[in-house]
Amino acid sequence: MNVRMIVIAGPPSAGKTAVVKQIIRNIPDPKKVAYFKIDVVQAWEDEELAAEFGIPTKKVYSGDMCPDHMGIMVIRDAMCWAEEIGADYLLYESAGLCLRCTPYTKNSLGICVISAVSGTHAPMKMAPMIALADVAVVTKIDLISQAEKEVFRERIREVAPGIDIIETNAIQGTGMRYLKKVIEAMTPSVSETDTLRGVPPLGVCTICIGKKDIGWQEHFGVIRKLDAPDCIYRGE
Amino acid sequence: MSSPRTTFNSLTIFSGTTRDGKKEEFNNIIIRPGDTVSIVGPTGSGKTAFINDIEVFAQGDTVTNRRIFINGSKPADDLVRDPSKKPIAMITQNTKCFADMSVAEFLNMHIRSRKLDNTDLMEKTIRIANEFTGEKITPDMQMTALSGGQTRSIFVADAIVISDTPIILLDEVENAGIFKDRVIQVLREAKKAIIFVTHDPYVALLTKTRIVMGNGAVLKILTPGRCEENALAEVASIDAKIMSLRERIRSGDLISGIEVL
Repeated sequence: MNVRMIVIAGPPSAGKTAVVKQIIRNIPDPKKVAYFKIDVVQAWEDEELAAEFGIPTKKVYSGDMCPDHMGIMVIRDAMCWAEEIGADYLLYESAGLCLRCTPYTKNSLGICVISAVSGTHAPMKMAPMIALADVAVVTKIDLISQAEKEVFRERIREVAPGIDIIETNAIQGTGMRYLKKVIEAMTPSVSETDTLRGVPPLGVCTICIGKKDIGWQEHFGVIRKLDAPDCIYRGE
Repeated sequence: MSSPRTTFNSLTIFSGTTRDGKKEEFNNIIIRPGDTVSIVGPTGSGKTAFINDIEVFAQGDTVTNRRIFINGSKPADDLVRDPSKKPIAMITQNTKCFADMSVAEFLNMHIRSRKLDNTDLMEKTIRIANEFTGEKITPDMQMTALSGGQTRSIFVADAIVISDTPIILLDEVENAGIFKDRVIQVLREAKKAIIFVTHDPYVALLTKTRIVMGNGAVLKILTPGRCEENALAEVASIDAKIMSLRERIRSGDLISGIEVL
């Protein structure tokens, strides 16, 4: 396989797509990049990127299903798609919702995008998303002063002591030369088989995907009866 | 105070390009310890981009294509990326702090992140900040609840006491209603190289070098020397009058004349 997968996670409005654009601009042959987006209801990033860079893009709406659960299901297919169309890089941008999930896989480059103006407790709240990433890209850095930058950095270090922190104004692309170095050092994935770095708390069952009836009799997945000693799994 | 930082001798700004892609009309600008520089020009002329280039140690990778060297060579990665080794602190125009912490917690966390063990740095920072602002800051106040002037004062004092960087970039220091002459005096006493982006005639005339911007590029580099001395004295007295007037208006006086009291 010739594909290198870059997973871009982070909360909504952190600037994930601005970071994606800078990554594409910094790759010597942008035409060798494939972009894959998962979102819940609406996303335009794929059309925007296809128009701006002329790269192959794909998106999936997860609807009532947790977008990271959906991602885990389909990302292997997406890697095969990227390989088939001859891409060197697959950029996989997550929806960025409950922030406890870590869609990074062992062979991918995991990037967590966090906004510098999201408050000092933000790194702690999204601890799993940051702790399992390789790089924390801190965006909107031009909006805060030196002291605040250093304090925000310290908060990230409390969650992930060894993480590579890259500060950027992603619109201008400042600081991106360091991310470029990390990306250039990547080697292609051996195959499309890969494993997650952490166990995400997905809790997927028929309630999660929108079935409103009450009572275990109506549901599949992990269910529970009142007088049963434990949860059981009930398949369809 | 001991610091792992390398000694700062000079900062060199190599010219980039104008918005039309032409080369800027200078080769390089060298800034040394204790220098004072003002950046002037209409809004949108490229002033903030200029100090941003310095702040991020641009290497031809920003819109301006400028390059920044320190002590005559390209800065090492850790000097750019490790805040405790970085010789530059920038105080942005922003007068809002997003840290959900008290002033004491915020400063102590900054002190801890720089691995400084001097225990009175927090108090010292607040003491200096209080010289810059008319509204008293106390350690138990929340950073997010500070006024624009208080926030700016804390950031400037922090840059002097805790970051203690040899180069300080100030974007429109005159804006937040703080005592700019006190700020300038304290910065000078601390022997910092200071670069002001400013629209304030007094601040502009006070600095040794004045850089005039337009169309995203440096248009002129002026070192007026003694030829502006008389003008500076006059502007200083006008400014003192305006400042005194400002304080009187702030404290609720009726203004029937503008004589300095």
